[in-house]
Amino acid sequence: MKHIFSAFLRDEPRVLTRVTSLFARRGYNIDSLSVGATETKGISRMTFISEAPEGMADQIQRQLEKLEDVLKVINHAHEKFVDRELVLVKVRVTPENRLEIRQIAEDFRARNVDVGRQSYVFEVTGDEGKISAFIEQMRPFGIVETMRTGRVALTRGSNADMPSQVYFDGESQALEHPLTGVAND
Amino acid sequence: MTGSQALLKTLEAHGVRHMFGHPGGAIMPIYDAIYDSPIQHILVRHEQGGGHAAEGYARVTGGLGVCLATSGPGATNLVTALADAMLDSLPILAITGNVATTLLGTDAFQEADITGITMPITKHNFLIRSADDVSKVVAEAIRIALSGRPGPVLVDIPKDVQQAQTDAPIVQPKPKAARLEPKEKDILEALELMKNAKKPVLILGGGACDASEAAYQFAKTSGMPVITTLMGLGNFPASDKQWLGMPGMHGSVAANRAISQCDVLIGVGMRFDDRVTGKTSRFAKNAKIIHIDLDSAEHSKLIPAYLPILADSAAALEALAAKISKLETPEWWANLEDWKARKPKRDEWGAASAIKTISNALTSDDIVVSDVGQHQMLTAQEHPFEHPRLWLNSGGAGTMGFCLPAAMGASIATGKRVIGIAGDGSSQMTIQELATLRKYDIPVKFAIINNGYLGMVRQWQEMFHDKRYSEVYLEDSNPDFAILASAYRIPGFTASTAAELEVAIKAWLSADGPAVLEVRVPNEHSVFPMVPAGKGLDEMLDDDPKNAQPEKIAVSR
Repeated sequence: MKHIFSAFLRDEPRVLTRVTSLFARRGYNIDSLSVGATETKGISRMTFISEAPEGMADQIQRQLEKLEDVLKVINHAHEKFVDRELVLVKVRVTPENRLEIRQIAEDFRARNVDVGRQSYVFEVTGDEGKISAFIEQMRPFGIVETMRTGRVALTRGSNADMPSQVYFDGESQALEHPLTGVAND
Repeated sequence: MTGSQALLKTLEAHGVRHMFGHPGGAIMPIYDAIYDSPIQHILVRHEQGGGHAAEGYARVTGGLGVCLATSGPGATNLVTALADAMLDSLPILAITGNVATTLLGTDAFQEADITGITMPITKHNFLIRSADDVSKVVAEAIRIALSGRPGPVLVDIPKDVQQAQTDAPIVQPKPKAARLEPKEKDILEALELMKNAKKPVLILGGGACDASEAAYQFAKTSGMPVITTLMGLGNFPASDKQWLGMPGMHGSVAANRAISQCDVLIGVGMRFDDRVTGKTSRFAKNAKIIHIDLDSAEHSKLIPAYLPILADSAAALEALAAKISKLETPEWWANLEDWKARKPKRDEWGAASAIKTISNALTSDDIVVSDVGQHQMLTAQEHPFEHPRLWLNSGGAGTMGFCLPAAMGASIATGKRVIGIAGDGSSQMTIQELATLRKYDIPVKFAIINNGYLGMVRQWQEMFHDKRYSEVYLEDSNPDFAILASAYRIPGFTASTAAELEVAIKAWLSADGPAVLEVRVPNEHSVFPMVPAGKGLDEMLDDDPKNAQPEKIAVSR
C-alpha cells in the first residue's frame, strides 16, 4: 500500500542525507520526495511517498522520528488530506497541431508558460492522476522533456467539521499546527 | 579562550574526569589544551582501544564515556567502537580533529568525512565550523548521548576552529529530563493480561539495567520466572530461584522452553534481537507479548507486540510492582523446575570448566568483561551475575577485540580490578592495549582461553560445513601469551590442566596491577545448548549431539 508522509526537519547541514541514508540502509522504498521551507524559519517540510506494508509504514515513521533533526512525522493515512503536484512539460508543436494541443491544455487548466514557434512549455498542477493523464495526452505530439515536483500534501482543515474523515481514535488535529507541543530547542 | 579550551571547559562543566585518546596532527591544539586540563587523559595505543575503553567506562558508570582521535585514519579507527556503542546503546562522546575548514572537501592530508562515515552508526553527529559554537554543540552532544535511549555522538572539530578565539560562554549541563512514565491505561491492561496468565514470563534486557530493583520487587510479588538477555545479565540475581538464565542461541534450556511455551511474555528494555528470538515465526507463538521500551521504534520491529508500553523500564516496572498480586502457577513452575535441571554436560577439562574455575575465584562484586566468541557465551552461561553493570560484552555488534580495552575503561572508571576473559583469536585484535595497562598500572586481570582456533567459527564449520575447517586454525602461529605479557613488563601465567589452573589463578589475581593468564584448553569443544541459525527456540539442541543420551536430544519438528 502507498503511504504518504509529511516530515518536519530542522534546517541543519546534511539533514536530507540523514533522512535518505536511513531510507537506504533500512530498505525503505521511496516513490517521491519533495522538500521546501515552511512558514517557520529554520524548519523545512518534506512530503514523501513510500510503498510499504502497514508494519513497515509505522517503522518508517518511528525510525525517522529518532533522528535528532527530524521533529515530527505524520502518516496521512490517519486523516483525509489534499495533495498536489506540479509538472512542467515541453512539447513539440507544428502549425497543424498547435490548436489541438492548446485545446487539450485548456481542458486540463494547464498554463502555457513558454510559447515558441516549435514548442510550448505547459505548467499543470493537480493530483497525481491528473498530471499523469495530461502527460499521456501530450505524448503523441512529442514530449521533449518533463519535470515533476513530486507530491506535496496537507491534512484537510475540513476534517475538523467532518469526524468521518478522521481514521484514528480521537479528534481531528487538522486545525492545529503539526508542531504544536513538539519541543524544538 | 580558544575553541580547544572551550571544549575542555565544557567537558569539565559536565563532570568528565577521564578521556581516552591518541593524538595526531589535526587534533594537536586540543592536546595542547589537555596539557593544562584537570581531566585525566589516558593514552591508548590504537583509537579503537580508546573507543572501547570509553564504552567500558560508560557501561559500568551509567554515565558518559569520552574518546578522542585525530582526523583521517585516527577518526576511521573509531568506527568499530562507535558501531558497537550504537548497537549496545552506550553513551559515548567521540571528539575528532579534522583538517582546517579551508581545506575541508579538498582531499587534504589525513582528511576523512567522518561525519558522513559515522552517520549510520551514531545517534547523531556534528561538524563544528566556528569556535563560538564549540561549547554549545559539545553540551548538546552530551545531552543527546545520555538522554532517552543512550548512544554514541561524534563531534568533529576542524583544526582552525580548535585554534580560533571565542568569547562564547561555557554551556552548563541541563537538568536531566524527567523519566518517561507509562500510561495508567496501559499498566491496567498489562495487569489484566498477567492476572489471567497461566504461564507468564518476564524478560529483562540491557535497557533494564537501571530497573533491577523494580524488577526484583515485581518478580518477588508476582512470583513470575525471570529471564535476562545477554545484555541484561545481572539485572536479576542469578542466585535467585526464580531466574531461568539467558534466552537465545546459546541460552539455557529453561529460558528457551519457557519462551516457547509461555502465554504472556513481558519484555522490558530489550529489542528482540535475532540471536534472542531465533526464527521469529516460532518465537513465543502462544504468547501475548507486552513490550516495555522507551524507544517506540523497537515496538513491533521484529516481534509484534500485543501491548506496547512506551515508558522508562524502571517507571513501568514500579507501576506494575505496586499493583500486581501473587500469581498462582504451580503447574508452570513444575515444568520450569524440570527444565532448569537440564544442563549440558561439561567436560572435566575444557573452556567451560576453566571459565567456571575462574568464576569460582571471583566475588559477586567483580566486574567481568568478555570478548567475542565461545568464551563469551561460556562466561555468560557459567558466571553467576548478581548485580547490574558488572558484565560487559559486545552483544549487538559482536566486536572481537572489545575485551581488553573495555576492561581497561571499566577499571579506570571504578578504580577496581576488572576481570577480562578473551579468546586466543579475539584478544589479539587489540592486544596492543597491554601497553596502556602497563603505562597506568591498570589492574585488569586478563585471561586468554586458548583453544588454538577461532572457536565459534570452527564450531559452525563442524556443525554446518562438514568439518571443513577453513581459515580458523591459530595454534601454529599464536604467541606464547605469558611471554608476550612479559614483553610488556606485565606478569604472565600459563595453565594447561585443572590443577595448574587452580594454582595459576591465585598468582594471577594476587599480582599487583595488570596480569595475564593463558589457559590452554582442548581444541574442539563446542558451546551448547545451541539453537542452530534459522531455527526456532523450540528446536534447540540441549547438548552436543556427540555427548547426549538419545532421549535427551530434544529436537522437535
